[in-house]
Amino acid sequence: MLKVDDINVYYGNIQALKGVSLEVKEGEIVTLIGANGAGKSTLLKTLSGLLKPKSGTIHYLDGSISGKAPQSIVKTGISHVPEGRRVFANMSVEENLELGAYLRKNTKEIRKDMEHVYELFPRLQERRKQISGTLSGGEQQMLAMGRAIMAKPKLLLLDEPSMGLAPLMVKNIFQIIEKINREGTTILLVEQNANMALSIADRAYVIETGKVVVSGSASELQSSEQIKKAYLGGH
Amino acid sequence: MEWLQQIINGISLGSIYALIALGYTMVYGIIKLINFAHGDVFMVGAFVGFYAITGFGLGFFPALILSMVICAIFGVLIERIAYKPLRNATRIAALITAIGMSLLIEYGVIYVRGAQPEAYPNVLPNTTINVFGAQISSQSLFILGISVALMIILQFIVHKTKIGKAMRAVSHDMDAARLMGINVDNTISATFAIGSGLAGAAGVIFGVYYTKIEPLMGVIPGLKAFVAAVLGGIGIIPGAMVGGLLLGVIESIVSAAGFSLWRDAAAFVILILILIFRPSGIFGKNTREKV
Repeated sequence: MLKVDDINVYYGNIQALKGVSLEVKEGEIVTLIGANGAGKSTLLKTLSGLLKPKSGTIHYLDGSISGKAPQSIVKTGISHVPEGRRVFANMSVEENLELGAYLRKNTKEIRKDMEHVYELFPRLQERRKQISGTLSGGEQQMLAMGRAIMAKPKLLLLDEPSMGLAPLMVKNIFQIIEKINREGTTILLVEQNANMALSIADRAYVIETGKVVVSGSASELQSSEQIKKAYLGGH
Repeated sequence: MEWLQQIINGISLGSIYALIALGYTMVYGIIKLINFAHGDVFMVGAFVGFYAITGFGLGFFPALILSMVICAIFGVLIERIAYKPLRNATRIAALITAIGMSLLIEYGVIYVRGAQPEAYPNVLPNTTINVFGAQISSQSLFILGISVALMIILQFIVHKTKIGKAMRAVSHDMDAARLMGINVDNTISATFAIGSGLAGAAGVIFGVYYTKIEPLMGVIPGLKAFVAAVLGGIGIIPGAMVGGLLLGVIESIVSAAGFSLWRDAAAFVILILILIFRPSGIFGKNTREKV
């Protein structure tokens, strides 16, 4: 479904991704784990068009999306839930969800999908009219995910959904990620919480200072001594 | 009842400031640029209205709408030519460009048609209405009515339409807006179009009310509208409306109190006081940097 081949991405003169290649197949949950500053968020931003790769190709469905503008990438069915949620804090929950469906025209279907988001996240329905800046961190994460789903993505990019959340909320969010996946959305998940990410993923890539260093099935990586030491707290 | 009259005059003047201030504040809200050429768009609007009325014999409303449309296009052109290439430049570079743009428009108009002022034709009936002993011209009520109507339309656009929601999203978080599929460049252009259209309307209204227009007429009202925008809280739309009206009323009161020579100074004294005591303006919140 998505095939990234040997991409190099720079911030000015600093190279953030060095020849990264990875693949996501339809229906999978693929996770990308690694330390702070390894380049995980950079990769997602490149996939969604916020950053442009200097070289390399990104193949998605039947075409190339490397270097395309974010709005045309959203149109092809890729939604990105950015790190730190980035909800529109000055707008209501409902307005945020409406913006998620910005490129869609069919108001009837948009309504239906909004109901679906409220089923996934009942808490959001309770707070429909509330200004989203006043939501808790967990609720904002739900809103950011709901907003992305409103675009009807085929591929959902999630950047650190567990960041700064209480353990119970993290568990809740991960259950919902699995549910979204079961409903037919492919997921590429970036996480620092490697344990949690590997527990729901099919496959995983480990990224270090801009390079993919290990990849394999999630269960393989979970049992690998090296990974345990570096990312899983060494138990 | 002199006071009531002065306050009504102040509100009429203030509604013109408010219309111009809205353009300042909308543009600032979306790209953090003080568009110093905005006062000159107001001037161009006044001249478009003037030529539409005297040259083509249009009435007030057709001239007003024509002026708004031409100024909207003009505003988008300014943005595309002067500001868009500097989107990623430092803010000071864009600011200096805005000042250059302002001078270019002012002296461009002088180059094309000369610096002589024009007398605005009288297109609105002017009778005096007696309200509780105050003499109020029907024109000032009319102007107030049109300004309020335009502000209501603006509020509707910003809060209820798709482009309005996109504008608010872009002004809050440009990258997050991109991820929604919003075309940021088009949204910024739309903001310039709406702000400049309002300035064009203000130009025609100003011409009808004060009857004299000239190519440098945008400088002082432009600066005062900027003060009004800061007073209300720059980037906040209701702030520009309230700031404009408040500034107009304060100016009228200063005049009425016998200090009419100090009228212009009053606006800038307010700017200084606001910057010292409440830099975020009446409606602004002190933003805390999140770590």
